[in-house]
Amino acid sequence: MSRFIDENLRLAREIIARYPKPRSAMIPLLHLAQEQNGYVPQDAMEEVAELVGVSSAEVLGTLSFYEMFKQIQPGRYQVNICHGISCFLCGAGELLSHAEEKLGIKSGGTTPDGMFSLEAVECIAACTEAPALQVNYRYSHRSTSEGFDELVDALAAGDRTDIPEHGILATVRQRIPSERAAGASSPDVSEVPVWLGEG
Amino acid sequence: MAVDHIITKRFNIVDAHTLDGYLASGGYRGLRRALEMVPSDVHEEVKTASLLGRGGAGFPAGVKWGFCPPGVWPRYLVVNGDESEPGTYKDRLLMERDPHQLIEGCLIASYALGLSQCFLYVRGEMAEAQERVAAALNEAYEAGYIGKNICGTDFSVDIVLHWGAGAYIVGEETALLESLEGRRGMPRLKPPAFPASFGLYGKPTIVNNVETLSNLPWIIEHGGAAFAELGGEQSTGTRMFAVSGHVKRPGVYEVEFGVTTFREIIYADEYAGGIAGGRELKCFIPGGASAPWFYEEHLDLPLDKATVDQAGSMLGSGAIVVMDETTDAVAACHNLVRFFARESCGKCTPCREGTAWMEQILSRVLHRQARPDDLDLLLDICDNISPGFAWPPKMTTICPLGPSAVSPVISALGRFKDEFETYIAQSQARPRIPVASG
Repeated sequence: MSRFIDENLRLAREIIARYPKPRSAMIPLLHLAQEQNGYVPQDAMEEVAELVGVSSAEVLGTLSFYEMFKQIQPGRYQVNICHGISCFLCGAGELLSHAEEKLGIKSGGTTPDGMFSLEAVECIAACTEAPALQVNYRYSHRSTSEGFDELVDALAAGDRTDIPEHGILATVRQRIPSERAAGASSPDVSEVPVWLGEG
Repeated sequence: MAVDHIITKRFNIVDAHTLDGYLASGGYRGLRRALEMVPSDVHEEVKTASLLGRGGAGFPAGVKWGFCPPGVWPRYLVVNGDESEPGTYKDRLLMERDPHQLIEGCLIASYALGLSQCFLYVRGEMAEAQERVAAALNEAYEAGYIGKNICGTDFSVDIVLHWGAGAYIVGEETALLESLEGRRGMPRLKPPAFPASFGLYGKPTIVNNVETLSNLPWIIEHGGAAFAELGGEQSTGTRMFAVSGHVKRPGVYEVEFGVTTFREIIYADEYAGGIAGGRELKCFIPGGASAPWFYEEHLDLPLDKATVDQAGSMLGSGAIVVMDETTDAVAACHNLVRFFARESCGKCTPCREGTAWMEQILSRVLHRQARPDDLDLLLDICDNISPGFAWPPKMTTICPLGPSAVSPVISALGRFKDEFETYIAQSQARPRIPVASG
């Protein structure tokens, strides 16, 4: 039931064709599956396995290594609070406690209405903007308790249309026009690039 | 002492991330200049510039490029945009604010070395960077800067944006290649897997950091010699440093490399402005979570690779984390070690087992549940990961993640042992929780 819809299947094949070997498309395709479903269900893993030519166990093996891929449906909004060193020094602990209280869940949990998942995460590269957090990988810099409450209330009220639901990573996708593409460079074809000339 | 900014010069231009904004501010001039040159001369300019890699190891980019074995094709370029070292915040800014500059750098490198495909690996958690880079790539393809017959020449290369999915270790270059091949991001054993000779799909591969590549347009437009004139003797050009933690004005500053001192960047009003709240400095990390800590006596050292290496630490990825006198050294140490324990890929036993044990012990100490010999045990584990605590570490693991976890422990225990001992004394004073009673 969670197999790619036609449009995504076409996109998946386009992504695979960009790489010299299909397996390289595995992570991008898992993102696509997560975008379609909000998480990566078992049958999506099987389909990705078929598309890139490996077993579904290998897909699970790869997927389970990476923090962003979820095997069960998280909340509509995945709230990640950074507790890396810079955020820790600037009050991440207090922010996390406040978030747990506001959402009524512990880090790692999901609210009963399925709206919010909360997690303390490692450094998200916003160290000079500590304490930092992300909602579905959209940043909120120099967060305060009041700011957190406002953010959560706005999300709950549906007022933050700039933050897509969990799974949709980027709203702009790379498109390589076929007439402009240089094409994937196969490791099995040994050719001196033409612009290097004979040398 | 203000030097013209090189890589952040467009950060105040609102539309610099668009092709129009980029072209209006001199964009793609470096590429056009490169295309008029013989490819090997472009490589020579980068060697002349003495551009050190900005990802962490600080190896000269021009020299690294020279390691591709002659006559072996194809060659690939992989851009390391998996910025995740705690304290580090610069590559995300470069991708969000000036994506075309990075793309132009990729094109220059590809032209110089005959790289026939480029993969731009961007950390998964950076949604806006993904969007900005994707939009810039789309525009550059349409305008003929990427793809087939670039700018009407016989130079052709595709740049493929690749989304990461959350794993610190993937910033290690061979783990990055594993990930790009659709596998768990576990580092490869070197030798034989030095990427320049045995990289992506076993072919010669250049792996360069986002900031490193972002310097190339300026270097080719103005010449390698002009770049080498900036900064110190060996640490040339400018560099981005993120100053975070207990400072008045945390921020990312581009400064002349090898010249500016820690005291200036931490205390000067034009930079971080000193410790917040008028408090005193306790210590600072000069180059990200992996780096041994520095103290008051190191403040007058310049931000110079060789100097910092010699003083027993590293500039790493340009991440200066400042801790004031109120910081609990045990808690800070635990925070850093927990990071490495959580991010260990599990391939090498000393790191997989060791970092987890270290985290458990530090957690016990912090919760005043320590055992009397916990500090000895902690040091014993550290010694098994990083024998003799040498700097740079003697490796018992394939990659530096394990030894990196040892840095904060040796630093904190070396300077603030009394704080650990206080926790341990309080642990022993606490009544033990009986395993069974009544």
